[in-house]
Amino acid sequence: MSPNLTLAIIAGALIACGVYLITERSLSRILMGVLLAGNGVNLLFIVASGPAGGPPLIGVTPREEMADPLPQAMVLTAIVIALATAAFVVTMAYRSFQLNGHDEVADDVEDNRIRELAKADEASDSFEEIRFTDTGADVVSE
Amino acid sequence: MLSVIVIAHVVVALCAPWLARTIGARGYLIMAVVPAAAFGWLLTLAPAITAGESHLESYSWIGRLGVAIDFRIGLLQWLLALIVTGVGALVLFYCRWYFEAGANARTMGVLTAFAAAMLGLVTVDNLVMLYVFWELTTVFSYLLIGYDPTRRANRAAAMTALIVTTTGGLAMLIGIVSFGVLAGTFSLAAILAQPPTGVVAGAAALLMLVGALSKSALVPFHFWLPGAMAAPTPISAYLHAAAMVKAGVYLVAALSPAFAAVPGWRLAVGLLGATTMILGGWRALRQNDLKLLLAYGTVSQLGFMVLLSGFGTRATVFAGVAMLIGHALFKSTLFLVVGVIDHSTGTRDLTRLTGVARRLPVLAVVAGLAAASMAGLPPTLGFIAKESALESLTYLLGPGGDGTEMTPLVAALLLASIVVGSVFTVAYSLRWWWGAFADKRDVPKPDVHQPAFGFVLAPLLLGLACGVGGLLGEPLTALLQPLAAGVAVGEKSHGLALWHGWTLPLGLSLLAITLGVLMFWQRAAITQVQATFPKVPGADELYTAAMKRVDTLAVEVTARTQRGSLGNYTSIVLAVVVLLAGGSLLFTVHWPASVTPFDSVPQLLIGAVMIVAAGLAATSRGRVRALLLVGVTGYGTALLFLLHGGPDLALTQVLVETVSLVVFVMVLRRLPKYFTNRPLSSNRWWRVVLAALVGGSLALLALVASAARVAVPVSVDYYEAAYTFGYGKNIVNVTLVDTRAWDTIGELSVLVIAATGVASLIFLRSRVQRVQGREAEPASAAQGLWLRASGALDPGSRSLIFEVVTRIMFSLMMIVSLYLLIAGHNAPGGGFAGGLVAGLALMIRYLAAGRRELDEAAPFDAGRLLGAGLALSVLSAVTPALLGGKIFQSYDLRLVIPGWEYLQTPWGTWTLFGEMHLVSSTVFDIGVYLIVIGVVLDLTRSLGAGIDIQTEQDQAPVPQPESTRATPASGSDEQQVLRYTTSGDQGARP
Repeated sequence: MSPNLTLAIIAGALIACGVYLITERSLSRILMGVLLAGNGVNLLFIVASGPAGGPPLIGVTPREEMADPLPQAMVLTAIVIALATAAFVVTMAYRSFQLNGHDEVADDVEDNRIRELAKADEASDSFEEIRFTDTGADVVSE
Repeated sequence: MLSVIVIAHVVVALCAPWLARTIGARGYLIMAVVPAAAFGWLLTLAPAITAGESHLESYSWIGRLGVAIDFRIGLLQWLLALIVTGVGALVLFYCRWYFEAGANARTMGVLTAFAAAMLGLVTVDNLVMLYVFWELTTVFSYLLIGYDPTRRANRAAAMTALIVTTTGGLAMLIGIVSFGVLAGTFSLAAILAQPPTGVVAGAAALLMLVGALSKSALVPFHFWLPGAMAAPTPISAYLHAAAMVKAGVYLVAALSPAFAAVPGWRLAVGLLGATTMILGGWRALRQNDLKLLLAYGTVSQLGFMVLLSGFGTRATVFAGVAMLIGHALFKSTLFLVVGVIDHSTGTRDLTRLTGVARRLPVLAVVAGLAAASMAGLPPTLGFIAKESALESLTYLLGPGGDGTEMTPLVAALLLASIVVGSVFTVAYSLRWWWGAFADKRDVPKPDVHQPAFGFVLAPLLLGLACGVGGLLGEPLTALLQPLAAGVAVGEKSHGLALWHGWTLPLGLSLLAITLGVLMFWQRAAITQVQATFPKVPGADELYTAAMKRVDTLAVEVTARTQRGSLGNYTSIVLAVVVLLAGGSLLFTVHWPASVTPFDSVPQLLIGAVMIVAAGLAATSRGRVRALLLVGVTGYGTALLFLLHGGPDLALTQVLVETVSLVVFVMVLRRLPKYFTNRPLSSNRWWRVVLAALVGGSLALLALVASAARVAVPVSVDYYEAAYTFGYGKNIVNVTLVDTRAWDTIGELSVLVIAATGVASLIFLRSRVQRVQGREAEPASAAQGLWLRASGALDPGSRSLIFEVVTRIMFSLMMIVSLYLLIAGHNAPGGGFAGGLVAGLALMIRYLAAGRRELDEAAPFDAGRLLGAGLALSVLSAVTPALLGGKIFQSYDLRLVIPGWEYLQTPWGTWTLFGEMHLVSSTVFDIGVYLIVIGVVLDLTRSLGAGIDIQTEQDQAPVPQPESTRATPASGSDEQQVLRYTTSGDQGARP
């Protein structure tokens, strides 16, 4: 089988542009990146699905000229889910502006705290040191 | 019957919360009925069991893995089940008074559930099920020890017990799986009948032993058991003396006839058992808490029992089981007595108790019987059991070590250490009784109030059994002898009796008793000696240190791997894609022999436009500009789909692209014009490199992957399947609603969740009742308007042309959407496309005349639409199964309405309804349709109408001019809940 070079190049270019944006900090830019890369990945499906053909409609296209319907069904699912995801992310960006005035994804505060614990060679907050005295009193009564 | 009993336990346990609330601690009486009934039923099995038969019950479960719920009650299982149910019933009965002050519903339920798990554990034959019950008892024990999670002692003790015993349990699981693989079955009886041999089988047996030792609290796992005394006393009596800790002894007793000869088994059992016995006894001597004293005593006795039952000679197995029965009786008595004393005096510190025997004489006598049994004094059950134990060990001194190949010196050392352990046992038993009941000088008399009769009934019965058991040596011997018959090596035990003549065991018993009494008499001196012992780090300290290391290691690992930066994470994920997926290209030998440069010139042109647009979108600073450029790539993708032969895809992609554009614009109107300005940094060049690598690798991978196809595509059968089973001609649509409908169900759930997420981010609390019904406004208000709600708009923001177009377009679009829905089964279209068109129609209404118009168009909450759609699609999936078909099976119906097929007109015959072909999966597609409309409606309500309201209430962000930032909403953190108010309604149009 000889795959379609043009489609592969378009997909690669869209994914590359998408990845560049996904590694950003601004949530709305990340979203743009996800959409670009999503379109690229959907095209990859089409490249991998085999040669172009007629619409997979029985009675319209002869069987041997039909494009493979299964990747199409998968991509259709992906398209609709992309809409839902995009709407959710854009709302998160809006909410971030509403609360902070910007939509930059900040570094996690809790993770910073864990780094400080690690620097001090300490155990986590949930760790409870149990001392078993020889008489067992410590673990039996307060 | 056994399964019914186990289920009955669970049912009663589930009623515990209700019982505890309504009748309080009296609920325990109901709880006790079930194990008591089980005890009675087990007694009816006695004739069959003593005749050497087994009671079998079997239910299939996971047949292909060899996991079945097989119960098999042989003699050993029967004895343990009697202990579990008998002591269980008495302890639950006792709890009714112990928890008089306030019954904790959870404790009540979990304790009963534990009894069920324990009964299952000792009667089940399938080793996988045994593991399940084993760990269930561990979990219930965890919950019971940690009954008061606010106390540090309970938390710590529960966690320690859980970790130690599950660690052993995991080792045991490996052993079980190895046995299953080697023997080809998980049946314990089958494995014991034909034990697998070899190194792996030996290792498996030792791993099972590790599990047993951890459960039975042998050194080096012993330290969790004293900690577990943080649980209430009846629970300690049942779990940590009579039942759960015996699980290990049971397992060892069951396995040892077949596996005692495995290298290392007898060494481990002998060494650890003897060490545990001495260590536990020694520590018991220095406890002042009566309960802790018993706990260390239990550790000591468990070591003794594991040693006996694990040694695997005829006499030791016999003695081990005899000891097990004796121990269950006396130890539960003693614990329950401690509970009564604790209640009556308010303390269990033996330095503060005095004169209790005078106030509670009956209890003192019964406790004395039990303590005598523990010490091995005649004429109790403990005495005759210990006689047989010492006797069984003396055989080891003989030639060949009684079939164990043990050298005489080792056997003598073992015997000596058991005698030392027995001396300690005598000493701490006396110390316990003295501490609990005796008169002591210089101690203020505590207040002792009389316990209720019911409270002392359970320890009374159990204590009497200790005494009576001593007189029943002969029947007990007859009962237990068959156990020894299954063992291959060793002398037969002389049985249980008070008098065997002047024998070596009797001499050793007398020696132990004498020395023990001496030790008790000189207890002050002993305490002084104990204080001079060097403090050596114990297993418990190693455990604590290990846990701390694990925790700090977790902190280190988390600190290194979890940097908390989103960009960092995505970069790592993508770098892995490049390294693994892209790297594999370096080793790819078979590249496509040829590539098609392009299919058609339009494809090439569209591609060029898309690449340029993508590049510009990636570098654009303006939000709207980037959005439009991304849109270009989206529409371009749709065209490419069409050229490739996917009209459904193209249609859906165009509609989705349009809906997303509107959705984004509705949000972007409140965001600054430009993206945040990022300074040029080296970081950017890394991102460019990463992006190029990811894009390049994936493009090449796609080429290689599509050329590497060797198998026939799975979709090859879709052609026939679509029409034969799905009754549709549009294969893609049939795939969505029938062939792969499970995928679609998943997708629909994602849609519903995302839409709900959007609504909750905007409306924060509740979205119901946002929609106002049509107000009873005078009809004249709407007269002369193209759209009903446009009268409420600010005249300056109205567009008459838009309103007219909307008025005309809306109905047309709705009809088109219905057409797409119905026709979709045979032609391009379907629920997704139809729903999107209908959604767009609603969006246009909103865009033309604001949110009131949207409510006019859809006077209901989007959530209802989502719910109805989801319900419809699930219903259409399940209904065939209810009718005897398969889930998602499709049916078709050809319908002809007589007289309505054709219309005869003067101009010829017109088809009216014709022959209608109805397919049941259309119902599923209608569900899809409703959900998609619901999603679009929800998005428009939230991001359109919701943001309008927030703007009116100054809760929306305000973009700062010439800046990349916005002013946060005034009420920022504590967002008020938005209400859909009609007052001052100024439907804003974006």
